[in-house]
Amino acid sequence: MITSVRARDFVRAVAVLVVVLLASACARQGDVTVIRFWTIGREGEVVRELLDDFERAHPGVRVESQQMPLTAAHEKLLTAFAGDSLPDIGQLGNTWIPELATLGALEPLQAYVNQSKSVPQADYFAGIWDTNVIGGTLYGVPWYVDTRLLFYRKDILARAGFNDPPRDWNEWKRALAAVKENAGAGNYAIFLPLNEFEPLLNLGVQGGDPLLRDDGTRGNFESPTFRRALDFYVEMFRRGWAPPMSNQEISNVWDEFAKGFFAFYITGPWNVGEFRRRLPPDMQDKWDTAPLPGPDGPGAAIAGGSSLVMFSNGTHKKEVWQLIEFLSQPKQQARFHALCGDLPPRRSTWNDPGLANDERAKAFRDQLERVKPTPKVPEWERIAQQLRITSERVVRGGESADIALRDLDARADEILEKRRWMLARNGTR
Amino acid sequence: MNERRAAWTFIAPSLIVIGGFFVVPVVAAFVLSLTDFDLYALASVDNLRFVWLGNYVDILKTPLFWKSLGNTLYFVVAGVPLSIFVSLAAALLLDSKLARFKGAFRTALFAPVVTTVVAVAVIWRYLFHTRYGLINFTLAKLGIAPIDWLGDPHWSMPAIILFAVWKNFGYNMIILLAALQGIPRDLYEAAHIDGASLRQRLRHITLPMLRPALLLVAIITVSGYFQLFAEPYVMTQGNPLQSTVSVLYFMYDEGFTWWSLGRASAIAFLLFLLILAATTLLLRWSRRGDGA
Repeated sequence: MITSVRARDFVRAVAVLVVVLLASACARQGDVTVIRFWTIGREGEVVRELLDDFERAHPGVRVESQQMPLTAAHEKLLTAFAGDSLPDIGQLGNTWIPELATLGALEPLQAYVNQSKSVPQADYFAGIWDTNVIGGTLYGVPWYVDTRLLFYRKDILARAGFNDPPRDWNEWKRALAAVKENAGAGNYAIFLPLNEFEPLLNLGVQGGDPLLRDDGTRGNFESPTFRRALDFYVEMFRRGWAPPMSNQEISNVWDEFAKGFFAFYITGPWNVGEFRRRLPPDMQDKWDTAPLPGPDGPGAAIAGGSSLVMFSNGTHKKEVWQLIEFLSQPKQQARFHALCGDLPPRRSTWNDPGLANDERAKAFRDQLERVKPTPKVPEWERIAQQLRITSERVVRGGESADIALRDLDARADEILEKRRWMLARNGTR
Repeated sequence: MNERRAAWTFIAPSLIVIGGFFVVPVVAAFVLSLTDFDLYALASVDNLRFVWLGNYVDILKTPLFWKSLGNTLYFVVAGVPLSIFVSLAAALLLDSKLARFKGAFRTALFAPVVTTVVAVAVIWRYLFHTRYGLINFTLAKLGIAPIDWLGDPHWSMPAIILFAVWKNFGYNMIILLAALQGIPRDLYEAAHIDGASLRQRLRHITLPMLRPALLLVAIITVSGYFQLFAEPYVMTQGNPLQSTVSVLYFMYDEGFTWWSLGRASAIAFLLFLLILAATTLLLRWSRRGDGA
């Protein structure tokens, strides 16, 4: 008995030893190039399927992918930079590109794009491509795009006397007022979560004035167009069209949407799948998407999403670029969309039947032509948080818009102090 | 002489460990707090500026710091007495001769301490839910209008205090229970024979005998509650209207969200001074009580 166990253990040990020896022999011969790929969240789960195909098409290249949760990704990237352990290629939210580009962690990609036939810049939505260009240098290739627009209840809107979704702010205001009137006690027309800066920011980029001025070194929130956006945003709360609530207080937005607690919701493409999955079956033909109304006609919105970047300290740059090219093919982007619902950044991918026939994707396709990047400074996210705090102070705290915007500009100027110092110093050098 | 050398030899290992893992990092953090170390400095040390006490002055001028300090003091002033009171009450009940199933109750009351804060926060968020929460449901039965616990800036901190007290009272309860069981029973018997009432026995025997334990519990709780972080982090993320941003939360945000490590270190030192001052006052106050 005892000896048989020992014999089995011995065989096992020998087997392990053989495998280890073989593996190390392979690595020593160097005929397999391993590239390290860091992904974020859900995309990391589904991309594996595409990576397997890439490996089949490129024998000798192996992609080692590692998935980071979104909440920890930013910290992990910065820590990895500090510890000089960034991978070869990564997925990067496009608002993080300015930060990592400032750190010098990203490889400029224009030369690669110029020589490549499979990444034609003209095929990409201009606003999305632009988010990857920092100070005139290209640092990423768009992988998928996000833009927030209106999700609305067709039946509630019809009951209020509107057959089509609103196209500009005036129509929208009339629709909001009518929906609120018909909504019944305790219900509202629109949900604008107070813990998100995106709804207000999307309205804010619709005007002509930039959010920051003087080469992104000072706040510009007192501009007439931003003021107009804030006034409209606040009006929605003051008139009782929107409940002054955050996501935490709602707990389950899909439930509340189905119950008619609100009829409009500004959110992004990930919610198309969620709405299909989480709303009850009898609700499925009662909701739709529409481009975000602007001050006069369909408006702009923020260009969000993720890009593929090459880290400058990484190795195997040729193979990394091959992988970027592979993932940028319309065919792979269409597959990727089918796997996780992310929207492709190339116009030609949108001709794929899976997308072209999707009614609810049409509004996104339409809006993507109008998206705009947020200011491309590393401090932007911090300023956006201040924007959220400001809007909450006006909505919940009843502060006047004048004072709030003056404070917001002052805060933005404070946050950008170091940037001004750095630019001034580089100018004198 | 020889004895002295032996003593140094014996404590040397601990001194080296304390030096390497405590003194050096603390000194480094202090130096860091005198610089404007941020993302740009991470890119290149050339971008680092020595600002001396600039960070400290700056933080003292930041409204959010004072707001977070006010929130933290609110939490400490309301939370510590409440927490100790609940712990003491639970300990007295468990110590009572009338109590049955002591082991089961002790375990049940201690359980929140060892549960994961993130997991119980999910449940508490449902309890606090404005429309469907059990707490508002109970209040409605009593004829009280629903309270927007996590959304109203006036109620968010009470909600956090309730959650934190529930989460933490079990720890102090165990310490106090041990101290209670250490009080000689003959004291109570003598008092009983002398005709002392239950309240008199509590006031003149139990509380004086518990004094050292209560002081220990108070110091642990004060310094722990000053470091409020996890509860608002998982329940409200500092919202609404920044009414649940604590000093430590403010520091975390500066350091790890925005990577302003210089400012974050300065906040850490300010918080350290604050806790030091509070616990010193507490100790001095208790010593004066001894003399009287």
